[in-house]
Amino acid sequence: MDAKRKRNYTLNAVLVGVLGLFLFWANGHLDGYKIQIMNLIAVNIILALSLNLIYGFTGLFSLGHAGFMAIGAYTCSLLIMTPVQKEMLFILDPCMWPFSVMQAPFVVAVIAGGLMAALFGVIIGLPVLRLGGDYLGIATLGFAEIIRVFANNLQPVTNGALGFKGIPDFSNLWWNYGWCLVTLFVIVRLVNSNFGNVLKSIRDDEVAARAMGVNTFKYKLTSFTIGSFFAGVGGALLASLLTTIDPKMFLFILTFNVLMIVVAGGLGSITGTVLGGIVITVLLEWLRFVENPLTLGNFEIPGVPGMRMVVFSLSLLFIILYKREGIMGMREFSWDWLFGLFRKRGEA
Amino acid sequence: MSFAMFVQHFFNALTLGSLYALIAIGYTMVYGILRLINFAHGEIFMLGAYFVFWGVTLLHLPWIVAVILSVIVTSFAGILVDRAAYRPLRDAPRISALISSIGVSFFLQNLAIVVFSAIPREVQRPDWLVTIIQFGKIRILPLTIVVPILSFILMLGLLYIVYRTKPGLGMRAISKDIETSRLMGVPVNRVIAITFGLGSALAAASGIMWALRYPQLQPIMGVIPGFKAFIAAVFGGIGSIQGAVVGGLILGFMEIMIVAFMPSLAGYRDAFAFVLLIIILLIRPTGLFGEKLEDKV
Repeated sequence: MDAKRKRNYTLNAVLVGVLGLFLFWANGHLDGYKIQIMNLIAVNIILALSLNLIYGFTGLFSLGHAGFMAIGAYTCSLLIMTPVQKEMLFILDPCMWPFSVMQAPFVVAVIAGGLMAALFGVIIGLPVLRLGGDYLGIATLGFAEIIRVFANNLQPVTNGALGFKGIPDFSNLWWNYGWCLVTLFVIVRLVNSNFGNVLKSIRDDEVAARAMGVNTFKYKLTSFTIGSFFAGVGGALLASLLTTIDPKMFLFILTFNVLMIVVAGGLGSITGTVLGGIVITVLLEWLRFVENPLTLGNFEIPGVPGMRMVVFSLSLLFIILYKREGIMGMREFSWDWLFGLFRKRGEA
Repeated sequence: MSFAMFVQHFFNALTLGSLYALIAIGYTMVYGILRLINFAHGEIFMLGAYFVFWGVTLLHLPWIVAVILSVIVTSFAGILVDRAAYRPLRDAPRISALISSIGVSFFLQNLAIVVFSAIPREVQRPDWLVTIIQFGKIRILPLTIVVPILSFILMLGLLYIVYRTKPGLGMRAISKDIETSRLMGVPVNRVIAITFGLGSALAAASGIMWALRYPQLQPIMGVIPGFKAFIAAVFGGIGSIQGAVVGGLILGFMEIMIVAFMPSLAGYRDAFAFVLLIIILLIRPTGLFGEKLEDKV
């Protein structure tokens, strides 16, 4: 048993090493567009993992991801922009005092973004997690909208509808994949621990879990808070990656994209979420070609704006109607499974 | 605030409230029967407005014909959505249908961007609806009187259908217990289709009147009114038609009056409804007229 464990640790370490080498190679050899897509994949995986913890593993149907991301993004941006930059940026109203002079290194800013989102997760979770099912979805959606309306109106903190421009682009492959690994590690450990078993029991039958003496509310709140922490981290990384944010960015469509990754990958499967993150991000970028004018021989098909999202939403509908369990269902990749595969083949 | 101003605000609020109420009825009927939050309802509302615009500007139909055609076409669109995206998921977990409805909502929005383009369109309104009439100091649009009256008539018609006709009986039966209704010979799928048709027709009517009141069409125009009407439905007690009407009116009055009395909060207008939603869900999740639902073990 222990040998197996040792082997798995080694293989994981090797995998991380390979990823590192790949990133090193990508940094030098790929063009900016491809690197950007790789960055987006990492951020999307972080976001989708956090939603999968909340929805896939705990069964809390939350539609508030855009709100947590907004909190993380704004917090982080306020911390990494220089005071001079902020003075230039806030043209309608000057930046409010503590925010105008605050500055922190990128790591601290990202963690602060996550913590702020987690704080809001507790504040909003305390009341709304008493609700179940679709009511919870609507309430969290309402929360995200409230955050967006505030971002639009709280001029001295968020610069209103203008948003932030020229946020320092500290975010790069190393940071994004680093955070992605941290998220992956934390969530895998959580889900496979006793804590994770409790979460799954709440998802499968909350009444039964309560009857077994589980304080379901406490567990739901913890899961929701951890999920919102990573959603905030994802938002913070995204802000620094895109270097511009404004309230319009955090519309419901953002939550929809993350939800789509989780559903496509398979609810309650971490492997699925990672695969879903890669597939959906690449698909979303690839679909941009649908909107470009297309030349076939002598014919020119004009690009149709909006077509990309038509195809995208149709594919979500297709998944939910015909392949509801997504890519992985609730299965997970593991080394044991991989080796088991070889052994079976060897024996036969 | 002068009395004249108050009367004007009153009529504005009444108009907005009855428009919310019309949309909310669609949400509440579908939820009552399928326990599904139909996210695509706001897009049905948008389609209704666009179809009239098309009928009037492209096909040069008279207003009244365009309106009737649009309501009919839109209600078929609603039935089609149910058939394509919800019916295959009747036996799936409830959240699947909800995600499906979110998908339909984005699909219709983007289809509208492809077909109608994202450029906001201005609506040509019949003159008699927008010539201001004056009583002493009070100046009001005829529209703000016509809309509540029309909405009221539509609601009475709906209540007649639900409480006095056979499909209505079927709807009430299904909302109590879908399985038993099926066993008792209620044609469940047909009744559900009728429900979607009726709800969509009301949403179309609301969309058309909305476009007359706020004469700008855009593919995302249904999102915010859709959310707010849903909140109105929750406020009134989801599943109850009377509740949806009362909820819609209260929400309309709240929005207009808060902005009227506290203009500095105007920017936060869209947040009121959501704050109200969270408060309602915490204090009385079943709403004003809702029946108490208990967790079944």
